Amino acid sequence: MEPALASCAVRCLPGATGIANLRRLSGGASQETWAFEALMPAGPLPLILRRMPNVPPRANVPGPETEARVIVRAAAAGVPAPEIHHVLEPVDGLGRGYIMGFVAGETIARKILRDAAFDRVRPRLARRCGEVLALIHAIDLDEVRPLRATTVGESLATSYEAYQAQGMARPVFELAFRWLKDNAPADATPRLIHGDFRHGNLIISPDDLAAVIDWEGVRIGDPMEDLGWICVNSWRFGNLDNPVGGFGAREEMFAGYEAAGGPAVDPARVHFWETFGTLRWGMICAGMAREFQAGDRSVERATIGRRASETEIDLLRLLLPRG
Amino acid sequence: MQDQPTSVELLEIIGEFLRTVAVPGLKGHAAFHALVAANAIDIVKREITIAPRADEEERQRLVALLGHDGDLEALNQALCARIADGSLTATTAGLADHLWATTLTKLAIDQPNYSSYRRAMGQS
Repeated sequence: MEPALASCAVRCLPGATGIANLRRLSGGASQETWAFEALMPAGPLPLILRRMPNVPPRANVPGPETEARVIVRAAAAGVPAPEIHHVLEPVDGLGRGYIMGFVAGETIARKILRDAAFDRVRPRLARRCGEVLALIHAIDLDEVRPLRATTVGESLATSYEAYQAQGMARPVFELAFRWLKDNAPADATPRLIHGDFRHGNLIISPDDLAAVIDWEGVRIGDPMEDLGWICVNSWRFGNLDNPVGGFGAREEMFAGYEAAGGPAVDPARVHFWETFGTLRWGMICAGMAREFQAGDRSVERATIGRRASETEIDLLRLLLPRG
Repeated sequence: MQDQPTSVELLEIIGEFLRTVAVPGLKGHAAFHALVAANAIDIVKREITIAPRADEEERQRLVALLGHDGDLEALNQALCARIADGSLTATTAGLADHLWATTLTKLAIDQPNYSSYRRAMGQS
């Protein structure tokens, strides 16, 4: 693919004469991520290529073209996001995807939560996440359509079907589904939501939330879903008492959200989505066991199946708290 | 009756080999997967030690909750059906205790260092 990417860069980036240092980055299961440099008159320009492997796009996942379109809108609305340099076309011969600017910073949660380099930014991050989510949720839907939309009822029904298809008797998941059905809120005013706003998809610099990436889950839905998802205990990495990504309090995120013009936060709705998110992550872990058994044989995949129990204890802490 | 060393002792030495020899001797992905393999060995070791008694206790709690006998798999399916149809709820006597006991056992085997487990056990 290197020659194809080089000629694509020369064609699409004014002044580029070639590329260098092409390397595959880890992370990102459903999309390939590559780093490279475009050779520009002023010096090398670090870039990222995100492209979908050569598989038919799944109906419920917006393609990379949609992702790029939304990122451009989000950046224009003040959301820290990478600059989109080029959306791949058939003539590029590289599949579907886009080329974006490289953003310096860290995505690995354990480093963000523990390294001294992030001591300064950590206390501000929860509030900053609230501010950025408010900016995303304020984007005019007419600017981003066509885009998939989800309702609470559809999301629950789809997840329950997926759970039943896994064919695993999990009483805690069953209780969680029952609670979610009994406590499902009426649909909120629909907003643009990121859909996967959490560690791994947030590039953190020593000074700020530098960029929100990985917009594969972007859609129209309940804005409180984004606020609940980042509170799922699986992203706290041991910092149980800092519900927002292991670095802050819900109240700090809510304050930032409302101060930046977001709709009034409904903590009960956020709790609903945190519970739903915990269950969803549990189903993803449990699904790894099935994928492993179906022939995707890696030690890592096999053991992730045994991490679904982590979400079961988190669901019990949410639904049946003790003492 | 099998001969010595015991299965748990064999797993212990495999885990020790993976951590002290394989991981330092490998690079990149292979080293990472060797470490994951060592963790998987630990899960099996804990399961061999903990599960036989815990599974029987779980089965007895399920029989008491459901009012009929069966194997663990069938009883868990029956429990799921009763939770789904609303005939057993969070307030049903014994259900919360059963789910907590079963889940704590799973964590004791799968991930005893997980933050929520340590908190529940009063370790953090």
